[in-house]
Amino acid sequence: MSPLVFFLLAIPMVLFSLGVVLARSPVRSALSLVVALFLLAAMFFQLDAHMIAALQVIVYAGAIMVLFLFVIMLLNLQQEPVEAARPAQRAIAVAFSVLFVLSVGLAALRGLPALPGPGVEGAVAGAFGSTEALAERLFTRHLFAFEVTSVLLLVAIVGAVVVARRLGK
Amino acid sequence: MGIELLVAAVKALIAIGMLLNLAGILGWVERKGSALIQDRIGANRAAILGFAGAGLVNTLLADPIKFVTKEDVIPRGVDRLLHTLAPCVNLLPVIVAFAAVPFGDRLRIGERAINLQAVELNVGVLFILAMTSMGVYGVVLGGWASNNRLSLLGGIRGSAQMISYELAMGLSIVAVVMTFGSLDLQEIVRAQGHNIAGWLPGWGIFYQPVAFALLLIAGIAESKRAPFDLPEGESEIVAGYFTEYSGIKYLMFFMTDFAEIALVSALLTTFFFGGWQVPYLTSQGFAFPWGTTVELPHLLVVLLQVGSYMVKVFVFCWFQVLVRWTMPRLRYDQLMWFGWKVLLPVGIANLLVTAAVFLLLQG
Repeated sequence: MSPLVFFLLAIPMVLFSLGVVLARSPVRSALSLVVALFLLAAMFFQLDAHMIAALQVIVYAGAIMVLFLFVIMLLNLQQEPVEAARPAQRAIAVAFSVLFVLSVGLAALRGLPALPGPGVEGAVAGAFGSTEALAERLFTRHLFAFEVTSVLLLVAIVGAVVVARRLGK
Repeated sequence: MGIELLVAAVKALIAIGMLLNLAGILGWVERKGSALIQDRIGANRAAILGFAGAGLVNTLLADPIKFVTKEDVIPRGVDRLLHTLAPCVNLLPVIVAFAAVPFGDRLRIGERAINLQAVELNVGVLFILAMTSMGVYGVVLGGWASNNRLSLLGGIRGSAQMISYELAMGLSIVAVVMTFGSLDLQEIVRAQGHNIAGWLPGWGIFYQPVAFALLLIAGIAESKRAPFDLPEGESEIVAGYFTEYSGIKYLMFFMTDFAEIALVSALLTTFFFGGWQVPYLTSQGFAFPWGTTVELPHLLVVLLQVGSYMVKVFVFCWFQVLVRWTMPRLRYDQLMWFGWKVLLPVGIANLLVTAAVFLLLQG
């Protein structure tokens, strides 16, 4: 990925991520998150992971965020009054922010190993990021984790149905 | 490099031009078609120098001019940015989705082979699903940003409906992907080029008739048209999520409707009716099952294929217009019942049967 494309995607991504936190209206906040997730998908696409990019849009930007917006609309949330943060909250937030910036900064200074990918030396085969390559890994090496995850999702669905029915009574 | 860019730009322009023109013409087809069904004459008031062109002048010239010059009313107390953004967010994904639909085979000009598809994607099917799932935002935003209870109701109805029917749509497409073993739309169309038993075109409908019915129904529900047009049910909630829109923004919602019809038709054509394939036409010319062969020049073959794609898409568009003016609207609980308790189980059963048959065939 050329630096130009990277910054064209990364700068708006950071701005919209800030928008998620800073926007007063819950709907604008949720929409900023949608745009940030969408830009992340574009980034995946530029890294030749087409499958992941498509799934990113379908699952996160398309499905999960629609549910978020749906709930916001149903509850008809308006402007959130900003409460003053408690001192303890503020201290914890500052501490974690400093830690995060430090770790990212250190990693950047040391230099990260180049990820394997097209155009990088020692690149993996041309099938990198393709559906076939992904599916093969998923259904052979990671089969157990894959199946366990699907059972987990099923449990979550059943749980949601049970909770919803109790509320309805 | 320069020529590559030019080719890509021309292909994108052709794809978007085909879609927008089709959307415009469909406006006329809808008005005249409804008139035909209801035994009226239909749009015939606007004319240039006495030429009304069977109402074409109305819908291709007078209507857009009317919409563009109308006052754009933004209700009081709304989020102005989101109110303006909603129609754009509604229209854009549908147009972008068209980029992955192939409208012809390779066109050879000298040394160059041009794939007649705006963007070559090896995950084309997922791309289209991703874009249709983005379409929900336009409805949600339009409903929410209008500061109107009826709009909000329409927005909520619309988003719930689209989420529900997306599942059936996805399941029917998965069955097609299993049959042809590819996520690339161009590959799926190419895989339909053979003949079953020597004479029947190997189109998807002969392999996946159930998936065809599923996609047709779910597609009409996705584009929120009768009998699934509760999000804009005018007898109860004025016009649903676009009640508070006027002028060019209303036109954009209107265009989305027709662009969605075109997209559903293009998908049905691509998955189940061989896309640009013409029965018995190979890259050399016609090879009929009774042994006659007719050689055709390359350019004519490509033109026939593109023409075949366009005719098929148009037939499905016409069919959707026909459905709209024939079927009465469902009740909302019937709509949800149908999506979750009929379409979804049928889709899953179809998938299981497909998988079982494939396993048996592989032995």
